[in-house]
Amino acid sequence: MKEEVKILIIDDEEVVINSISKIATLEGYSVDSVLDAFSALQKIFSSKYDLIICDIMLPGMDGFQFLAELESKRIETPVVMTTGYSTIENAVKSLYNGAIEFIPKPFTVDEMISVISRGLRYNSIMKLKKSNDDSILIVPCPAKYYRLGYSGWINKEHDGSVLIGATDSFIKTIDLIKKIELLSVNEKLTQATPAVKFETVDGLVHQLYSVISGIILACNDRLMDEPELLEKDPYFDGWIYRLVPTELDYEMKLLIPCSSDRS
Amino acid sequence: MILVRKIFGKISLKLIGVVSATAIIIIGVYSYFNVTSQSDVLLAEVERHANQLSESVKNSTRYVMLLNQRDHIQEMINRIGKDPAIDNVRILNKEGEIIYSAHPEDIGKMLDKQAESCYACHAENKALEKLPIQQRTRIFKTHSDSSRILGIINPIYNEKSCSQADCHAHYANAKVLGVLDITISLSEVDEQIHQNEIREILFAVIAITAIGFIIGFFVKRWVDHPVRELVSATDQVAAGNLNYIIKNLSSDELGTLGKSFNNMIKKLDETSQQLYQSTKMASLGQLAAGVAHEINNPLTGVLTYSSFLLKRTKDNPQMQEDLNVIVRETMRSREIVKGLLDFARQSTPKKSSIDVNNIINHAIAVVNNQLKLNKVNLVREFDPSLPKITADANQIQQVFLNLFVNSIDAIGQNGGSLIIKTSQISLSPRGITQIKNSVCSKAHSLMDSEHKIGGMTSLRMKIKSTDNEGYVNIDPVYGNHRHYFGIAFDKNNNVNIACPVCDISLIDKNSKCHECGGPVYKIQIPNQGFIEGCASFKDDWQKWDFVDRAGERKFVEINVTDTGCGISPENLNKIFEPFFSTKGQRGTGLGLSVIWGIIDNHNGSITVESKVSAGTTFSIRLPQNDLLRSI
Repeated sequence: MKEEVKILIIDDEEVVINSISKIATLEGYSVDSVLDAFSALQKIFSSKYDLIICDIMLPGMDGFQFLAELESKRIETPVVMTTGYSTIENAVKSLYNGAIEFIPKPFTVDEMISVISRGLRYNSIMKLKKSNDDSILIVPCPAKYYRLGYSGWINKEHDGSVLIGATDSFIKTIDLIKKIELLSVNEKLTQATPAVKFETVDGLVHQLYSVISGIILACNDRLMDEPELLEKDPYFDGWIYRLVPTELDYEMKLLIPCSSDRS
Repeated sequence: MILVRKIFGKISLKLIGVVSATAIIIIGVYSYFNVTSQSDVLLAEVERHANQLSESVKNSTRYVMLLNQRDHIQEMINRIGKDPAIDNVRILNKEGEIIYSAHPEDIGKMLDKQAESCYACHAENKALEKLPIQQRTRIFKTHSDSSRILGIINPIYNEKSCSQADCHAHYANAKVLGVLDITISLSEVDEQIHQNEIREILFAVIAITAIGFIIGFFVKRWVDHPVRELVSATDQVAAGNLNYIIKNLSSDELGTLGKSFNNMIKKLDETSQQLYQSTKMASLGQLAAGVAHEINNPLTGVLTYSSFLLKRTKDNPQMQEDLNVIVRETMRSREIVKGLLDFARQSTPKKSSIDVNNIINHAIAVVNNQLKLNKVNLVREFDPSLPKITADANQIQQVFLNLFVNSIDAIGQNGGSLIIKTSQISLSPRGITQIKNSVCSKAHSLMDSEHKIGGMTSLRMKIKSTDNEGYVNIDPVYGNHRHYFGIAFDKNNNVNIACPVCDISLIDKNSKCHECGGPVYKIQIPNQGFIEGCASFKDDWQKWDFVDRAGERKFVEINVTDTGCGISPENLNKIFEPFFSTKGQRGTGLGLSVIWGIIDNHNGSITVESKVSAGTTFSIRLPQNDLLRSI
């Protein structure tokens, strides 16, 4: 019998809570739900959760304020943000403010399962990291890189193009990669919209969000044949796209410099 | 006071005033000098005459005087004095006594030395003996209201024969014996001078009035009218009529002002349109946000539960099929709501490989009920071997949905046919590839959105010919030659084409027209090479290597034909404009412009042919291989 996994759902819509609960319980997790952020905070103090799924538009305290509250209280439970008002701004803002994932409503069952799975894996890695401090579980991204949330990185090349890839922490939160689906050259990427599809051996499909917007100059075709490159060398040989950025200056503001990861 | 200020505040009256004042001064001074010099000439003439007369009288009386025949002298003087022009003739002796006179009553009277006849010589105490003629004449009036009189005195000098005459002896030492004084009435001369003056004044008045009128006329024509036009245009614009255009513009500064006014209003119109649209967009955006939030929550439920049902009914294929429709259409709703949210942010098409026939079938399924209700006979002429194209399935489906709904609306209640035909076509890039961007070597854009050719933004260049300079607008469609020449341009080789912003030449000196050997323009199309063409415009040679190299372009063509009410010719070129609608309250006017935007985003084209009360055909071409994407 494995340890019970507990998920907290915060949403002001009954039907959404029911939907997520249904998905989570069928996956074998136990679920708690509240209709607003204040009650959520109370719940968090009284019991421990492995993952929080939180709506952005909530009565009283909204999702972003809730994130800030968690940070100030040093609660490290990973948070997945979701909203019906699924704009790119909301997605980027969520990831910038500390949410580990953003999933727009309405989501399919499979999308939600993938997100929950990543969130829980992330949580267990963090827990492990805490318990044995000296071992390196996750290779941090190089200091001059920038990341969107915890999952994607960019590196500005000298010729003005930008390399995009997946962070080691993202790769660690998904199972062994079976298949990678890339977009083709010349296609446009928009920040915080799906850019890469990973099919993993556990049957899940994971979407990696694009870190910035731009036009694809080149794809790393090597990944098709050897997806393990992503795991072996996520920050160099494991790059995914080379982009011509279209709104780099604006979008950079909402990225997290990887140098801040080393303290 | 206000009225006066109003009248004289007018630019035309100010101008007339200033010009008239100048004219009055100039003509006045001119006339004054003219009249004075004329009267001077006349008087001098009279003076000369008088002097001659005086000399004649003196000479003709000399002999009689020597003989001292006084009666004879008097008789002569009487006779001379009868001449109407002559006022008086008299001879005075040295003492001032009138000895002879044409007026006999004066004889014997003494004249004072201060009298006007004597004054010239006797002004100073010692009498002068010789005087130049000018000083011997005098002009005076006997009364203040009588006519002027010119008097001339002629001294009679002592001669030997006088002092030695038998009659009476003048002293030999006396120099002047007496004075012959002739006075001539100047009434005729004065009359003439007066007439001259009147003539001059008349001329001056006529000239000034004429100048005033001429200036007034032209000021009215060149200044007043255009200014009034401008004022009424400003009023119109202030009243909100942004379609007002000043017509009949002259080529002067006011014309330029008018032109720039028109231009400004055009820009203002565009800006206000944009503003209007952006406010519309903003409120649409707010609406979309609300709708998205409200719809996405229930959709979450639908999607989750239907997915579960799908998983739980793996053994019931019939149910699976139906549930699949629910899941698929819910996913579509999700994309539509997402589309609503992305509406303001120019969503990029999510391209995938799609089967157009399939997409059309999906769209038909949505409107099937409506088709039946309106008794529309649906004809599908699909090409079964239609290749898949790279496009956004949802957007393309929206395009067809919109077109079908339009067709059903056009057909109305009485039934008709809707024919949907798909086919493959190959077209030469010429005549279909549009230049969407072009720059000079200093990266100034040549695109001129103000001048459209065939509804598309044209390329504007400066053109310099032998002695002519102006602008040419080049057809933006490769291989089409509906160029517009802003100047009379005789097609010759002596031509220069330049960037309208920086004047840098666009002529490629290393190249020659492949047909006429003349100069060639070479324009950079960013990311798509260069387009070259005959700069003398003697022939239609044009070459766009980048496009030619891609070879014939393959398209999927979809024709949607209905037997509806058709579109009137004047509306036909407006239907793709945003917010143009003939549906009144029922339409948002966004449909066809959104369609146009989607097709354009896919580098395709949409054209329309229509005949009123016969029907409409929309033809959409979507590229099969997306090599020529525009960035």
